[in-house]
Amino acid sequence: MGKEKNENVIESSLKRKYKLQAKDVNVFYGDFQAIKEISMDIKANSVTAFIGPSGCGKSTFLRLFNRMNDYVDDFRMEGKIFIDNQNINKKKVNVEQLRKQVGMVFQKPNPFPKSIFENVAYGLKIQGIKDKTFLKERVESTLKQVALWDEVKDNLNKSALALSGGQQQRLCIARTLAVEPSVILMDEPTSALDPLSTAKIEELIHELKHKYTIVIVTHNMQQAGRISDYTAFFYLGEIIEFDKTNKIFTNPEKKQTENYITGRFG
Amino acid sequence: MNNIRKNRLKDQAFKVWGIACTLLGLVLLLIFLGNIFTDGIQRINWSFLMNLPSRSPEKAGIYTALMGSLWVLSLTTIFALPVGIAAAIYLEEYAKKNKLSSILEVNISNLAGVPSIIYGLLGLEVFVRIMEMGASVMAGSLTLGLLILPIVIVSTREAIKAVPKSIRDASYAMGASKWQTVYLQVLPASFGGILTGVILALSRAVGETAPLIVIGALAYVPFAPLSPMDQFSVLPIQIFNWITRPQPGFVENAAAAIIILLLITFIMNGIAVYFRNRWQKKLK
Repeated sequence: MGKEKNENVIESSLKRKYKLQAKDVNVFYGDFQAIKEISMDIKANSVTAFIGPSGCGKSTFLRLFNRMNDYVDDFRMEGKIFIDNQNINKKKVNVEQLRKQVGMVFQKPNPFPKSIFENVAYGLKIQGIKDKTFLKERVESTLKQVALWDEVKDNLNKSALALSGGQQQRLCIARTLAVEPSVILMDEPTSALDPLSTAKIEELIHELKHKYTIVIVTHNMQQAGRISDYTAFFYLGEIIEFDKTNKIFTNPEKKQTENYITGRFG
Repeated sequence: MNNIRKNRLKDQAFKVWGIACTLLGLVLLLIFLGNIFTDGIQRINWSFLMNLPSRSPEKAGIYTALMGSLWVLSLTTIFALPVGIAAAIYLEEYAKKNKLSSILEVNISNLAGVPSIIYGLLGLEVFVRIMEMGASVMAGSLTLGLLILPIVIVSTREAIKAVPKSIRDASYAMGASKWQTVYLQVLPASFGGILTGVILALSRAVGETAPLIVIGALAYVPFAPLSPMDQFSVLPIQIFNWITRPQPGFVENAAAAIIILLLITFIMNGIAVYFRNRWQKKLK
């Protein structure tokens, strides 16, 4: 009895270090198994990159952490996902609340067809916050955080769709930051952007990691190498290797990882 | 070389054929309009709009029918709009895609094709007789409301479908509930499309005659309806009634009434186009 309790204590103190955890996760779309037995622990205030060829399940896996797969037809999941040691798939978990804590940035910039101000204030407004001065301050501070303030401060009422692609993506990040999440999921956030805009976003990710836990899916190997602390290599729904980025890129354990990273397949 | 020339010839031939087809409809419409306008335009004046029906064509006016049409139009809008849009939102955003929803879907599309006189019989039985509304504005509006409901649902669904999934994703990912996403993102983004569909459906309602004759709308009413439970006539019925009269003066009246009816439809379509353009500009 005493021993078991002791083990539990050790386990939970180990757990505490981790922001996000997946335990024995399987995902099915109808008969197709998209994720096979993945377990993974992600540390707080780190940047973790998911790499791997198209269709390997990395986006599906990313979307488990804010339950964005809930709306997909035929979606079925086994296993457990923890955020701050809370199982997020329990019935009593409020999905809306979860998504305020776990923000998401998508592959294609997808600002709302509304003004720049409305875009950033959206998350706060749907929480019922109406205080104008508070909203104004928060919009300004988050736009400054993503280094977009100077570019848009004079036309906050202009449609967000008038911005360039790179600006739109930074606006989407600002929109996410405005509700003060603790985790940010990014699904190939720079794949639709030019190199200059990409560089700006990468710089931003580097700054954000001090406050947030970031998980980023990327097709761009160099990008994973530049910005991430940890890298997971996915292949056909499995994690082949998950380690410090440095190790993955210089001295991978598995031949498959090495082949992918050196561009021999993918 | 030969093949290229043949293809080019086919291309030209199809172009000419296409122009001919387009013109056919337009020319017929223009002939009809020209005819109606030469017959009726001199009859349109203030007293024609404000006079009650009469046995002598020069004294007769369309006031009661015009008022009847406006009453029916407004009540039909009040019934069909909220119900149709809500049903479309349910089918598009909430309903799980399964057998039941696909059966519903097919049936709604089919209902849009049911002849309007069938709706008249339904209205006669349910609204006029069972619910004892009599041949009132209310019964007529409810019948027309049912008639255009499938059209409103189908066009609203199309408009909602056209909203990119990425906007919904973004809204959900921000922690918005389903209703917030629908109300704050999907509906504003599809507003123009929904409005266009609704106005086209209402334009159809304003021109319907058969179902209203079946429920017992009158050809001659000496007064304009003052409440939803009053008896009524509408413009198409008035036109029909005038055309069946032998005196040539009534033919003129009918033509004039047709011009007014067309005007109402054109204005409604104009509003639809205006809002659609404004909405498209706003999106950009």
